[in-house]
Amino acid sequence: MSDAALRAEALEALLTERGIVTREAIDAVVSHYEQDVGPMNGARVVARAWCDADYRARLLADGTAAIAELGFTGPTEGECIVVVPNGPRVHNVVVCTLCSCYPWPVLGLPPAWYKSPEYRARVVREPRDVLAEMGLELDPNVEIRVWDSSAEVRYLVLPERPPGTEALSEDDLAALVSRDAMIGVARAGEPAS
Amino acid sequence: MDGTHDLGGKPGFGPVVRGGDAERTFVADWQRRVFGLVGLGLSTLANTDAFRHAIERLPAETYRAGYWTRWLAALQLLVDEDDASVRRTASTARRDLDRRPRFAVGNAVRTQADGVPGHTRLPGYARGRRGQIVRHQGAWVFPDTNAHGDGEQPQHLYTVAFSARELFGEDADAHARVSLDLFEPYLSKEDG
Repeated sequence: MSDAALRAEALEALLTERGIVTREAIDAVVSHYEQDVGPMNGARVVARAWCDADYRARLLADGTAAIAELGFTGPTEGECIVVVPNGPRVHNVVVCTLCSCYPWPVLGLPPAWYKSPEYRARVVREPRDVLAEMGLELDPNVEIRVWDSSAEVRYLVLPERPPGTEALSEDDLAALVSRDAMIGVARAGEPAS
Repeated sequence: MDGTHDLGGKPGFGPVVRGGDAERTFVADWQRRVFGLVGLGLSTLANTDAFRHAIERLPAETYRAGYWTRWLAALQLLVDEDDASVRRTASTARRDLDRRPRFAVGNAVRTQADGVPGHTRLPGYARGRRGQIVRHQGAWVFPDTNAHGDGEQPQHLYTVAFSARELFGEDADAHARVSLDLFEPYLSKEDG
């Protein structure tokens, strides 16, 4: 057992003894965030916005309320969600430079790279280079808007609908929307890395 | 406070590592346990702002040891400190505020130039910089006081946009901007 695992076990035993946690409650919290919440939620929001202009307008005006319409709410990391739309001239990308803030109700828990010092340090200063390294080449004239989640607002990127998808159903469209596209480090319709 | 956690714009970092474990949230079961411990434990032990500040106060080598290592160490720190002033307190919550917002959308503002010794949500790279208010986000519990057990002291919160060149100098991307959510005490009005 690793040192960290031993220390975690000791702390769990202490907090259990004090009645602050139980094994079952921890299991339930972990299971909820591993099974029930994830990028599939955000993908449904995006697909709905692609298919329904009125929904898109509501989503951009009040992201929290429009996301709650689809049943995705959360008291944790989801009190206020702002949705930022990509377009032909504007690309959005999200980071938290101070810690690891992330819109849990629509994306679940963040991957390790989102929390890495490399991403957090560099994407605010040299976003075009970082995105290119991550496989997203942007025209030099496309404006990049970086959203540093520095306080209580969480951000979700609304990617552009890929061309040639006019005939697809909302469910099929949702399958094209990756976690990375909703963070802003990929386009929709590209295979998730 | 200044520290290892305040990473935005810091030099010396290479490519973002992708693939494999970098795409995952947990790579060991103890990390799941720590996530659950923090998720459940904080409602009793401390508010989220105090937890973030505990992470910031860790020794640099502990901070750099990894995300879940620092969550574990920060939770242990809060248990050891057993600070009644942050126990069973709220955070990240909207509050009604009689005081009207000082700034309106479109106003030019400048962020405070100096760092502070305690918890803050103004990153170092955005200190002393000129930006523009793009959205009023309502009033919220103020992390800078709440983290220290000094009460909620709610403040208006604004999304403020900065050009990359204002933040990082003339070599920065001419077609990039960075927006942050900043509390009213961090801001003063600029002319124009």
